[in-house]
Amino acid sequence: MSHFRQDIRQRADELVALYPRSRSAMLPLLHLAQEQDGYLSDEGIAEVAELTDTSAADVRGTASFYDMFHLEPVGKYVVGVCTNIACLLAGGEEMLEHASVTLGCAVGATSEDGLFTLEESECLAGCDVAPCVQVNHRYVRSTTPEEFDTLIDDLRRGRLDSDVPAHGTLIRVRRSGGLRAPRAEVAEQRTEAKAARDARAAKEEKK
Amino acid sequence: MASFDAPSIVLSRKGYADSFTLARYLETGGYVALRKALTMFPEDVAAEVDAASLLGRGGAGFPAGRKWSMLRKSPVSYLVVNGDESEPATFKDHFLVERDPHQLVEGVIIAAYALQVNQAFIYMRGEFALGLERVQQALNDAYEQGMLGRKILGSSFSIDVVVHPGAGAYICGEETALIEGLEGKRGFPRIKPPFFPAVSGLYGEPTVVNNVETMSNLPWIVNNGGAAFAALGGGRSTGTRLFALGGRVKNPGVYEIEMVKNTFRDLIYDPRLGGGILNDRKIKCFIPGGVSAPWFGPELLDLPLGQDEVAEKGSMLGSGSIVVMDEDTCVVRAAWRITKFFSRESCGQCTPCREGSGWLERVLYRLEHGGGRTEDFDLLLDLCDNIAPGLTWPPQQTTICVLGSSIPSSINSALTMFRDDFAAHVKNGGCTHE
Amino acid sequence: MSDAPKTSVSVTINGRAFEARPGELLIEAAERAGTYVPRFCYHPRMEPVGMCRMCLVEVDGPRGATLQPACYLRVNEGMSVNTESEKVKKAQDGVLEFLLANHPLDCPVCDKGGECPLQDQTLTHGSGETRFIEEKRHFVKPIEIGELVLLDRERCIQCARCTRFASEVSGDAQIAFAGRGDLIEVSPSPTVPFDSVFSGNVVQICPVGALTAKPYRFSARPWDLEQVESTCTTCAVGCRVAVQSSGNRLTRLLGVDSEPVNHGWLCDKGRFTLDSIDANEGSTDPLLASTRITEPMVRRNGALAAVGWSEALSVAANLLRDAAATPGGVGAIGGAALTNEGAFAWERFVRGVLGSEHVDAQYGDGLDPALLQALPKATIDEAASAGTVVTLTGDLREELPVLFLRLRESAVQKNNSLVELAFGSSALRSVARVSLPVRPGEANAVAQAIAGAAHSKDFAFSEGDLAKACGLIGESGEGVVFVVGRPNLAEDARVIEAAIRTLAERYPQATFLAVLRRSNVNGALDMGLAPQLRPGRGFDVSAAGRDTTAQIDAMVLGEQKAVLLLGGCLLGNVVNVARATAALEAANVVAVTGHGGATLAFADVVLPAAVQHERNGTVTNIEGRVSAVTAKIVAPGSAWPDVAIAAELAEEFGQSLGLSSVEGCAKAIEETTGYPALSVLNDDSSDGVVVGREGVVATRGPLDPMAFPGIRSAVTVGLGARTGSTLAVDLTTKSSTTAAALDQVSAGRGVDVPLADAYSLRLNVSRRLYDRGSAMQGSPPMHGLIRPSALCLNHVDLDRLGVTSGTVVSVIGVHGTVSLPVVLDGAVPRGSAEIPFATLSASGEYVLSALVVDAGVYSQIRLETR
Ligand SMILES: Cc1cc2nc3c(=O)[nH]c(=O)nc-3n(C[C@H](O)[C@H](O)[C@H](O)COP(=O)(O)O)c2cc1C
Ligand code: SF4
Ligand code: FES
Repeated sequence: MSHFRQDIRQRADELVALYPRSRSAMLPLLHLAQEQDGYLSDEGIAEVAELTDTSAADVRGTASFYDMFHLEPVGKYVVGVCTNIACLLAGGEEMLEHASVTLGCAVGATSEDGLFTLEESECLAGCDVAPCVQVNHRYVRSTTPEEFDTLIDDLRRGRLDSDVPAHGTLIRVRRSGGLRAPRAEVAEQRTEAKAARDARAAKEEKK
Repeated sequence: MASFDAPSIVLSRKGYADSFTLARYLETGGYVALRKALTMFPEDVAAEVDAASLLGRGGAGFPAGRKWSMLRKSPVSYLVVNGDESEPATFKDHFLVERDPHQLVEGVIIAAYALQVNQAFIYMRGEFALGLERVQQALNDAYEQGMLGRKILGSSFSIDVVVHPGAGAYICGEETALIEGLEGKRGFPRIKPPFFPAVSGLYGEPTVVNNVETMSNLPWIVNNGGAAFAALGGGRSTGTRLFALGGRVKNPGVYEIEMVKNTFRDLIYDPRLGGGILNDRKIKCFIPGGVSAPWFGPELLDLPLGQDEVAEKGSMLGSGSIVVMDEDTCVVRAAWRITKFFSRESCGQCTPCREGSGWLERVLYRLEHGGGRTEDFDLLLDLCDNIAPGLTWPPQQTTICVLGSSIPSSINSALTMFRDDFAAHVKNGGCTHE
Repeated sequence: MSDAPKTSVSVTINGRAFEARPGELLIEAAERAGTYVPRFCYHPRMEPVGMCRMCLVEVDGPRGATLQPACYLRVNEGMSVNTESEKVKKAQDGVLEFLLANHPLDCPVCDKGGECPLQDQTLTHGSGETRFIEEKRHFVKPIEIGELVLLDRERCIQCARCTRFASEVSGDAQIAFAGRGDLIEVSPSPTVPFDSVFSGNVVQICPVGALTAKPYRFSARPWDLEQVESTCTTCAVGCRVAVQSSGNRLTRLLGVDSEPVNHGWLCDKGRFTLDSIDANEGSTDPLLASTRITEPMVRRNGALAAVGWSEALSVAANLLRDAAATPGGVGAIGGAALTNEGAFAWERFVRGVLGSEHVDAQYGDGLDPALLQALPKATIDEAASAGTVVTLTGDLREELPVLFLRLRESAVQKNNSLVELAFGSSALRSVARVSLPVRPGEANAVAQAIAGAAHSKDFAFSEGDLAKACGLIGESGEGVVFVVGRPNLAEDARVIEAAIRTLAERYPQATFLAVLRRSNVNGALDMGLAPQLRPGRGFDVSAAGRDTTAQIDAMVLGEQKAVLLLGGCLLGNVVNVARATAALEAANVVAVTGHGGATLAFADVVLPAAVQHERNGTVTNIEGRVSAVTAKIVAPGSAWPDVAIAAELAEEFGQSLGLSSVEGCAKAIEETTGYPALSVLNDDSSDGVVVGREGVVATRGPLDPMAFPGIRSAVTVGLGARTGSTLAVDLTTKSSTTAAALDQVSAGRGVDVPLADAYSLRLNVSRRLYDRGSAMQGSPPMHGLIRPSALCLNHVDLDRLGVTSGTVVSVIGVHGTVSLPVVLDGAVPRGSAEIPFATLSASGEYVLSALVVDAGVYSQIRLETR
């Protein structure tokens, strides 16, 4: 029944458990759905709706607010070139144009071999190494056309496989466990702490 | 000459290649402050932060201690750390989360303890894949070390921290939009009042939102005392601060320098900092605090790097990012690009922001790429005035959040400072820069 | 600090002092002070979002006067506001210009043209010239987002009214905003269409022509429309409506914002089934529900033939007279489709002229009206503001949709507690604090468990949930409203009646809202159309008469020779169709009706009656609120109002009812019984009066063309005419109406519930909004929405059967076997199965006759896979 693979579904359930309300897990769950399918499929969206107790329209509408979520299939590598102010001053527009020529596809489109999708990015917070380029949200050094071509070549040949996972996989470090502060105990402790605080404040006032 | 008298507070591990590891962190004094804090009363920890007069580093510059103390009466339910850093040309938090994640985590635990909050969220920009991994690793380490979880370090305090990945939306840096994102919704800023999440934040409960850099200052403040922090800098701008320097300078990068004691000129020209303008050209103008801020001309280079000092001159230090434009820079293109950014990132709620940004962007595009008309200048200014009446800074807000009223900054600056450049674009049928 | 809570705050609006309510929104305070603040996104029935920014006004503050949105700013003491300054004007003009920048100029072809808030505000405020010379945003032309609604994204001004309605009000967020910035658009999911039963509301509140209704699209231009205000009688909530026609053709129904009832909302069935009234000129077969009966007919040589009124009346009178000659030989069934005036006239006819006590407006699918009369009553408003509401009903979204909205709002917005005795799937489930699943036959046992708070092991809910429910209800039931109905048509009414009695006796402080759902059934009962009842809520314990089921039995046995059917299709409304058919075959049948239907195959005389929107009068809703219905069009052919038919038929008997007109009838009701009628009839803009509530007159507030565009008093943008306050007659009911005390009523006393057998499933027959009734069948746009028949099962029972959703199974009942596809429905309690009412088998016959007939207290079925 589940569209998610078993391991993904398990991680999804773990994510939901981290939040006081299931809907809060929306963004991480959408990243997870994207990790499985490479983009947000209708089935993935339906499962996220189920996990967060929302509707498919709601999930889709939420996802479409965020640039990192793709409602249509994209290449294995999503290449983002920043043309915002600092990168613009360092030749970001030219870099984007060059990327489009190298990849043989327009901005927003996917290369013919289905490997690369090119995007014009807003500031990626990498302005010290401008123009800034990201592949699947990993910073890759590419400030000259030559560096860009080498990068693409490396990606094609799989030389960067360990650094740059396929599109969708965002965080490879798993959380080492669920919540550890037991809610009931915490609630009790909060009441106690408040009482102690009040008592201390009262004492101070007397002084 | 820049002043380097102040200690390095948040970038002290800049020199280590493995600065992000637990081992290096412990070796360089990590988690000492947390142990110390746990021996103090939570209120006393908060009092130190108040004494430090630590201004928020996210943009608005509201004193952290004051924000926390607004909540004395109603207990805070959640602490949310703003790591969404998306203001163009700002990349200081990026540096901190990748290079010193444990310092952030320690700061978060200290703040949580001071506020007696048992669950904290670090909302981090989704595009920081490496940062997300580093912070997650740091959290895992901290759990392992007993510094997170149930009754940490033998105290009676329990705390869970969850790192929450954003997904690509500048507006989610705005604290109420960020909370919406954390609630799993579209990042629509909430209507104000209530003005502070402290009143009604995550799930409608009292919530403190603070920036990554703000948090990263806490271990030092606890170790050295609020007074030591307050002794640095000047006026309301205490301590050191991270500045992200970018644009047409020789050494773009993140620099930690003492506030007020240094000027924009120091930051841009000191060889140990910006190193001057690329190719030794002349500076044309600079943006003092993120693209939302009005621009400054070279005549203000000697202004001290202080919050009030910059505000007095009609701009803001904002997110601490400084963009330098030189005499070769086309300001029309710069203004167009910044406006395009706002248009793309407007959440779309407010009519003036949603429609106005797109309209302005298209007019500027025409000016830059041919087809501009002289009457466009007044049109631009009038449209800007319809978004932020009066075109003053800080803006008269007619929109739900300040993104809308920030849109006019660059257009108004460029047009008033460099009207001739615009006129030349009209005359030449577009841009003649490279 | 210890000041008493303030009752007002002083504000200054454009230099004039005004006392506003504490916490009131500035836009509302200004409006009450007579200052209109322009707006688009603001809607008085939804949370403000502050998106359009049209409502900016200048408010004095510490930083001087600043522009602030009036729609979400709350007034506070000493607030000084300027809504007319140059700065305000410029800001508002600016917003309007921004809104128009990307808005297409297609008003001449837009449905909203002529009644469009954007168009109106542009004409009032706009400069008329655009400085926007760039290309406008383009989207592919209208997309169908559901069966009934089209979306023109180009015209959307992103006010979030529709998305707020879907998520906040109706709770089915099948549409949501997608995209960001100026690419933002309203969007359904590509896999799930927008099929909310409230979809028409988003069309109505759209302030531009972005959302349009398929049934109305291009059908008329606003300036051709004429309008009256009336009450919807599609169900018994009694929503106030504006009925519009173009000439004598009904074109549109719009919700009017009535504070005590519908808040402006309507369900799609009420809104869109207009076609069943006048759009079927083509269909003439009297056996089809889609046919309007326009001429009197008499059966000749086995077939119905059109005749003149005098012949039809005389044949009818002869049939009835002959039957009445034998004691108990004649009776009447139906009446829910009548107005109160019609019901009153027919009551006089049946009891006074025919001398029969056998009269019943219900079809054996309701509750004992004597019991309901004995209960202390709650209004809809009281239920919607009660601290705790307990429902013992079917799915209210399916039965009384707008009541569902009100209760949902109460639970979500006001955070009131909802306790649900859940008999099957229910749309309120998600907002209920506790939901106790109840299986057929169990209702009274559960009520007793609540009353005594003892839990039996057999229940389908936990002890914890029972305790929680009891906690919310409290000791005396103070502040508690029980909403009671008839959830299961395959169960003896006595089970639920016993449960109601148990609760009423246990919780003396609680009040009850009984939800008999069929159009004006409440009015018909109040006019005495039931055994033991008398007009004006009179009650006669000593009288004995047959209810519908008993009449059917008597006809089958030949004891009752003739039946007078008062509107409605008998066969379409009873569970046991087979037995009713036998009854109709055996007896002579005189049918007074506006619609065709299967029942007419047995009619000897058919008298054509005017139906809703063709007649004047009053009706009474579930809470006992009497409101006016107003004719908008003239009834087709020779159809008459029912009052006239009753009066003329009485003349055939040589008697005069003394009721020559609707007004005369209303006057007679009020004068003889004290039941409000004439005074309500004369005030078509009031929200009605609740029977038995001293002096409470609800006058409708001013129509707000911005909130509910399209309603015709919306001539210009601005304050609408305060039509509601023109008439304020004191409608104190004259004599206080009899409330039959509980101990005088026999209903609900003792019923033995046999144990279920382990191999069978208990059957729950529930209602669907989109049923096979004449309204749905007669309305082309709605017809396609009637869902195919199915048997709903919980996954445990589905697994036990070893089948999946969609498999056709054999359903074995007491009287035969039928085949139905099964559908998974997690809400159906384990050990039971749910079948919607009026279900047809795969081969087309009514299935319930086979499954439910004489089944005892509840019905059991067995399933076999083939
Ligand atoms: C449009 C907009 C974008 C913002 N982006 C950020 C951001 O990326 N990071 C951040 O810390 N604060 C950002 N802020 C400021 C936050 O709303 C908030 O003031 C801040 O996170 C509070 O933390 P601080 O007091 O520690 O600075 C933004 C504000 C606005 C209006
Ligand atoms: S000003 Fe812009 S970004 Fe801010 S809430 Fe309004 S539309 Fe959204
Ligand atoms: S913003 Fe106030 S009415 Fe739209």
